[in-house]
Amino acid sequence: MSLAETNLDDPVVSNDDAVPKGKEQRLVTLVKRHSVVVRVTHWVTVLCLTMLLMSGLQIFNARPQLDFGIKTDFDHPPVAIDSDKVDGKARGYVRIGDHRLDTTGVLGLSNFEGRPTERAFPSWATLPGEQDLGTGRAIHFVFAWLFVANGLVYLLWGFATRHFRRDFLPSRTQWRHIGGEILDHARLRFPKGEQARQYNAIQKITYFAVAFGLLPLLVVAGWTMSPGLDAAFPFLLHVFGGRQTARSVHFLAAFGVVLFVVVHVALVLLSGLFNNMRSMVTGWYDVGQERDIHG
Amino acid sequence: MVDRPTTRRALLARGAAVLGAVALAGCEPVTDNPLAKKILGGVGGLNRRVQEAILGPEQLAQEYGLSDVSTTFYANGSTDPDDKHYQSMAATGFKDYKLIVDGLVERPMELTMAELRAMPARTQITRHDCVEGWSCIGQWTGTPLQAVLDRVGVKPTAQYVVFHCFDAMDDGGFSGPTPFYGSIDLLAARHPQTILAYDKAGKPLEVKYGAPLRLRVERQLGYKMTKYIKRIELTSDFKGIGQGKGGYWEDSGYQWYAGI
Repeated sequence: MSLAETNLDDPVVSNDDAVPKGKEQRLVTLVKRHSVVVRVTHWVTVLCLTMLLMSGLQIFNARPQLDFGIKTDFDHPPVAIDSDKVDGKARGYVRIGDHRLDTTGVLGLSNFEGRPTERAFPSWATLPGEQDLGTGRAIHFVFAWLFVANGLVYLLWGFATRHFRRDFLPSRTQWRHIGGEILDHARLRFPKGEQARQYNAIQKITYFAVAFGLLPLLVVAGWTMSPGLDAAFPFLLHVFGGRQTARSVHFLAAFGVVLFVVVHVALVLLSGLFNNMRSMVTGWYDVGQERDIHG
Repeated sequence: MVDRPTTRRALLARGAAVLGAVALAGCEPVTDNPLAKKILGGVGGLNRRVQEAILGPEQLAQEYGLSDVSTTFYANGSTDPDDKHYQSMAATGFKDYKLIVDGLVERPMELTMAELRAMPARTQITRHDCVEGWSCIGQWTGTPLQAVLDRVGVKPTAQYVVFHCFDAMDDGGFSGPTPFYGSIDLLAARHPQTILAYDKAGKPLEVKYGAPLRLRVERQLGYKMTKYIKRIELTSDFKGIGQGKGGYWEDSGYQWYAGI
């Protein structure tokens, strides 16, 4: 138990199995869960992704439609956010193929400085709040550079210390029990004690997919929108099947990240906000007491 | 716990509050901060330096086939210059048009359309990427800018090629319409695909596409490709032109380097 450390703030601090069951005492077993590199790069990533998303929506607003292939279809884009008048009233809508969804107030038409304004994403979701493509792009580039630099530090560190091999690849045992683990997750039963010392298989698979799949895809699709980088690396256009497909992939991957963050934050809340935040700020995580069910 | 303000819990909460404030405060007030302005203004230069390090001077933008050409090529920015001189020239098919090339050159010149068309030409089917996000594919024919530069002789002190245009963007400012201009560096100017285009799809440029002469800089975004070129000026810097940022769009907040 060299990793375990007692918490001085709490009245009873013991990892001893001899603590009698049934007593009203809380058992706290703090383990060092996250290294300082993981903690710092995690919060830099949070800042970058927030800024990149909001400035990205500002950029998207300049041409709120998605296309596939090498060029834009101005007459019938596959996906568009727009506004029009229905019975004399301005409406905002999202159109996907032939399906139209009224999104007045949020997408297509929303209030800006108190007046209904035609804009794809609303002012509260974009950076800057007003329509300002030049500043939006500058913010996007600043945080894109920070994101990539931060990501490289994280990846180099993760490979050098075998963090990914150790913590991101599920063990044989974990693969074998993955069905039961999915059920446990669905019932919101989270591992405690010894089992909580490492990421569970669902965590490992998800973090692996985000760190090595979704986020790199997002970055490379972003590069493919650059005419300069397309000239330097022509294969980028072929990989995606055209600049407009890359733009759509960039957009959809960004919403894949949003979906991940929603689930991630929900699970952080459900499995103990304080304990999780403490581990991502100070590094120390309380693995708690083994549940009886596992006994 | 309540009466102990410096517990770890309280410190954590304070730390989280600060992080949250940074993330949520957004950039509205921050963009007015001098340091933030410097960082936001400088990132275009970083993009430029890195792309120039990656890109070979001769590396070409992808060229497409005739079947890829967009049926509707979107015309952005000015589409019909107000300028009286321009309109009278347009009425006579630009017979009286003369391109002025001056500034830091050995032999300042005026070139007619006939003279430009008599020079070696390049035809290319390329993708036009707008800063807004859309792309169109078009076929362009024109005189390589390199050939024009060689003909006038660029002085060693020249760094930039500035394009002065017939059109003006009406900002509704006190001083009236703002004349359109733009600039590229000599690296972009000497690139084989950088042409002064006079034909689109094998026919003389329509007014909305920049007749009689418009720039193509294929490794950058559309806002660098000035239309309605009146005069080409070689300079050592562009600080004294317009508001000093190197172009109408740059003066309005876009990055000077538009390779991304």
